[in-house]
Amino acid sequence: MSAKGWPLYEVFIRTRAGLSHRHAGSLHAADDQMALDHARDTYTRRMEGVSLWVVRSDRIIASDPAENAAFFEPAEDKIYRHPTFYEIPDGVENL
Amino acid sequence: MYTQGLDQQSSEDKKKSARDSGSSEDAAALAAFQKRVEAEEKIEAKDWMPDAYRRTLVRQISQHAHSEIIGMQPEGNWLTRAPSLKRKAILLAKVQDEAGHGLYLYSAAETLGVSREQMVADLLSGKAKYSSIFNYPTLTWADIGAIGWLVDGAAIMNQVPLCRCSYGPYARAMVRVCKEESFHQRQGFEIMLELSRGSEQQKAMAQDALDRWWWPSLMMFGPSDTDSRHSAQSMAWKIKRFSNDELRQKFVDVTVPQAQFLGLRVPDDKLRWNDATEHYEFGEIDWQEFHDVLAGNGPCNRERMAKRRRAHDEGAWVREAAEAYALKQAERQAA
Repeated sequence: MSAKGWPLYEVFIRTRAGLSHRHAGSLHAADDQMALDHARDTYTRRMEGVSLWVVRSDRIIASDPAENAAFFEPAEDKIYRHPTFYEIPDGVENL
Repeated sequence: MYTQGLDQQSSEDKKKSARDSGSSEDAAALAAFQKRVEAEEKIEAKDWMPDAYRRTLVRQISQHAHSEIIGMQPEGNWLTRAPSLKRKAILLAKVQDEAGHGLYLYSAAETLGVSREQMVADLLSGKAKYSSIFNYPTLTWADIGAIGWLVDGAAIMNQVPLCRCSYGPYARAMVRVCKEESFHQRQGFEIMLELSRGSEQQKAMAQDALDRWWWPSLMMFGPSDTDSRHSAQSMAWKIKRFSNDELRQKFVDVTVPQAQFLGLRVPDDKLRWNDATEHYEFGEIDWQEFHDVLAGNGPCNRERMAKRRRAHDEGAWVREAAEAYALKQAERQAA
């Protein structure tokens, strides 16, 4: 909320050991440590996490939704990557 | 806490909407967008969206965020005077939650391309609206109970359907908000319950709070459907799922039995159960009061704005110090 515009950070929370970090939201902070402190106060007031990541939003490299069709096209016609593609006769088990 | 201002359009918005009607936005893109919305696909920040959809969301989400921020004031008024340490700790946690809700919502609005600085500037200049409910004073401790029970109750009624809003970042913010609101409403009801089981004086205090907060709480749902300008479009875009009047009716239906449980009287002579419709009938809202408060002439509008501006100004040195510290750290690292 600064006059100059503090950088935006994305916040990721690991809710408990064994699970991966998941995006929770974002916030502005003057520096990395403040981002971590604010992330704790903003997103984990009810013990929602055991680990926090913050990363500056401008450091994230994202795919372009307008290019989705072309970008994800290579996977589209490869249904043989799914186990359901294969026909297994009745009577064959444990496969 | 809540969103009502969504029906408040600025004059700038009106001009832009007028331009849109003859705009060159690709009809095919518009149709594809509408199809996605109707298929209940979520729209994400970088997806194509009509300008008017973007503007409606910016207006609604930022007004919602401002409401959370201003909403800290009426309750903050009782932080130092809460009747016990337990109540004080609870109220402090609740007020902190409101700040958190404001932050989730500002972040969601920012994904649409509006800057935090711009939103804050619009609030401070008076250009942006916030919910009319926060322009009423909190005169007694019972008001803290009534706010939690009624104001947060109305907010939940409004916000639960927003968890399914077509815009992903807003919907996700609302999921977090709704989880937390439920504590707010229960702590308020508990305060009312204790007072209504207390001395005659305490019971009178609870009744007085209900008398003053009932109608302003019903106004939180916004103008009646016949006067609500943006409802139809917002419903078509699946930003809204229920109309203002539908939500208001639901709120009355669930809240009246709670008041009965408390042994308090809802201040409406026309209130009665209708066996045929299986809903409560209730009296007409004083729409003049609603419009006056929205126009800035409620009991506390000026006080709320003055306090927010003062807090912003008085926090300037903290922001400057944080920036100076960040700069120094960065320079040291570079050296």
